[in-house]
Amino acid sequence: MASVTFEQATRRYPGADRPAVDCLDLAVGDGEFVVLVGPSGCGKTTSLRMVAGLETVDAGCIRIGARDVTDVEPKDRDVAMVFQNYALYPHMTVAQNMGFALKIAGLPKAEIRDRTLDAARLLDLEPYLARKPKDLSGGQRQRVAMGRAIVRRPQVFLMDEPLSNLDAKLRVQTRNQIAQLQRRLGTTTVYVTHDQVEAMTMGDRVAVLRNGVLQQCGAPRDLYRNPANMFVAEFIGSPAMNLFTLPVVNHSVSLGDWRIRLSREITDAAGEIVVGIRPEHFEIGGRGIEMQIDVVEELGADAYLYGRVTGPDNTFGQPIVARADGHDPPLHGSRVRLHPQRGHLHFFGVDGHRLP
Amino acid sequence: MGLADRVIKPSILRGFALYTALAGIAWCALFPILWAVSGSLKNEGEVTMPTLFPSHPQWSNYREVFALMPFWRMFFNSVFYAGCVSVGQVFFCSLAGYAFARLRFRGRDTLFVLYLGTLMVPLTVTVIPQFMLMRVAGLTDTPWAMIVPGLFGSAFGTYLMRQFFQTIPAELEEAAILDGCSPWQIYWRILLPHAKPAVMVLAVLTWFNVWNDFLWPLLMIQRGSIATLTLGLVRMQGEYVARWPVLMAASILILLPLLLVYAVAQRAFIRGIAVTGLGG
Repeated sequence: MASVTFEQATRRYPGADRPAVDCLDLAVGDGEFVVLVGPSGCGKTTSLRMVAGLETVDAGCIRIGARDVTDVEPKDRDVAMVFQNYALYPHMTVAQNMGFALKIAGLPKAEIRDRTLDAARLLDLEPYLARKPKDLSGGQRQRVAMGRAIVRRPQVFLMDEPLSNLDAKLRVQTRNQIAQLQRRLGTTTVYVTHDQVEAMTMGDRVAVLRNGVLQQCGAPRDLYRNPANMFVAEFIGSPAMNLFTLPVVNHSVSLGDWRIRLSREITDAAGEIVVGIRPEHFEIGGRGIEMQIDVVEELGADAYLYGRVTGPDNTFGQPIVARADGHDPPLHGSRVRLHPQRGHLHFFGVDGHRLP
Repeated sequence: MGLADRVIKPSILRGFALYTALAGIAWCALFPILWAVSGSLKNEGEVTMPTLFPSHPQWSNYREVFALMPFWRMFFNSVFYAGCVSVGQVFFCSLAGYAFARLRFRGRDTLFVLYLGTLMVPLTVTVIPQFMLMRVAGLTDTPWAMIVPGLFGSAFGTYLMRQFFQTIPAELEEAAILDGCSPWQIYWRILLPHAKPAVMVLAVLTWFNVWNDFLWPLLMIQRGSIATLTLGLVRMQGEYVARWPVLMAASILILLPLLLVYAVAQRAFIRGIAVTGLGG
C-alpha cells in the first residue's frame, strides 16, 4: 500500500481557456479511501487519470508513496483502475479478464489461477469464471471489473464512477460492498463520483472539485457541518442548502420576522451576507420565514416541502425547501412559518467564502 | 372507414410495392447467374436459344471442364493466392488501421488523407509501372507476382480497419495499458480479436478481388502450372471458342467457391458491414 500525493498538479488541454485540473494539492493517506466529487467537467476524472498515467501532468507532480511517478509509464505505477463502463475485454472469459494483467506480467499459470480464484471467491464470482462479459448482468460485470483490479494486488485502486451504470437499488448494495471490501483489503483508494450521497457514504475523506480547483477536502461530516464556501454548501447535502442573500442592518440580518444578531467580525466584513440553512434545520412554527408550499414530497419518514418565501423582505418569492415530519406533513397550497435552528446557520460573504 | 383500415391499408400497399420492387431487383441480379446455369446444361445447338430450361440437361458439360483444363491445379493456385493476399491484407491493414486510429504521431491525419487519396488513382494508371517493377524484381511468371503486390495492405483495407478501431471504446485500450500491455500487445491481444467482424469483411472482399482478378494474372503469368482459374477460363475460350456450354459450366464451377465463402462468412460479413459503417 502507499499514499498518493498531488503536488500543484495541473492538466491543461490544448486549446482550452482554463486548466482541467488547476494546481491540485491533495494527499491521500496510506490505506485511505478518498472520494473526488463534483459536477461534470470539474476535473475529478482527469485527476484520477493523472494518477493512472493516462493523462499528462503539465505542471506539478504526482507521488505514489515517496516515488515521483509524474513521468512513469502507467504499467509501472502499480495502480489498478475500475472504469465507468468496466472496460472488460469482450472476447475473454471472466477468469481470463481477471488474470490478464498477471499473464502479461509473466506470472506462472498456477499463481494466476490461484489469485483469480481468490478474488472470484471474495466477489462471489466463482460460478461465472467461464462466462464472457456479454453473458453477465450489470452488477456481475461491475464485480468482474473490481476483481480485475483486486487480482493485481496494486498499491492503489482508482475507481472512475464504477456504480453509475447500475440501477438505484444495486448501486446502494454495491456501494456498501465496495466500502467494506476496501476496508478489508486496506488498499489506498481514490474514487470518483458525481453523486454526493455516494461520496458521503463511502469516503474516509471527500474532496470537492469545481472547474479544476479543489474547493475543500475533509471528512464527510466536516464538509456537511463546515462547508468552506457556498459551492460546497450547496453541493453537499440533499436537497441542497437554502441560501438567502440578506442586507446587514445594525449588526444583524432578518429572516422574515426573525432577527439574527451577527458577530462584529461578520458585520465588519460586508454590507450584505449570505445565510445558509439546510432543509433539515428548520422547525415548523415560531418566528422565522413564511413559506407558501407548492409541492410536498413524501418519503415516508420525512416529507420535503418545496415552495416560495412569502413576506415583505428582500427574499420574497425565493424558492425554499424544508424538511417536515413525514407522519403529518403540511398540505400543499398551505402556508407555514419556518424557524431556523440556531447553531445550524452558515454565513458566507457575497464572494462565496465562509465567514467566521 | 375505420381507424384500423386507414392504418393498415397504406402499410399493406406500401409493403406490396416494396416487395415487388425488391423482387424485380433480385431477379435482375440473379438472372445472369440463372442464365449461366441454364447455359451450362444446354447442348451446342440449344445454347443460343432464348429458353431458360434446357430440354435435355447436359451434365457431361461439367465433366468436360475437368478434361479440358487442369481445373484442380488452377483451383489450388487461386485459393493459395487469395488466401495469402487475404491474410497479408488483414494483418497489414489492421496494423496500419490501428496506427491511424489509435496511435498519436505528428502528421497522422494528413498522412491518412494522402494514403486514402491513392484510392482515386485507377489501376490502369499504375499497372505498367507495377509490371516494370515486377520485371526488374524478377518476379514475373512466378507465384510471388500474384502475392507480393497485394500482400502489404491497401488504402481501402486500412480505411476499413481504422473506421472499426475508432468505434472501440478508448477505455478498453486504457485498461490494457494499465494491465501492462505494449502497443503491440494491445493490438494483438485486445483490438484484433475484438475486430473480428471487420477482419471478416476485409478478408472476404480481398478474397473475392483476388479470385476474380483477371488483368493482373494475365500480365504476370504465362505458365499454366501457376495460372489462376480466371486465366484458365479465358484460355479455354480461346482454344474452344465454340464450346459455350462448357465455358458456362466452368464459370459456374469458379463461382461456387465464392458462394461457399460468402455463405460461411455471411453473418460475420453483414455484421462487419454494419459496424464499419460501410453500408448505406
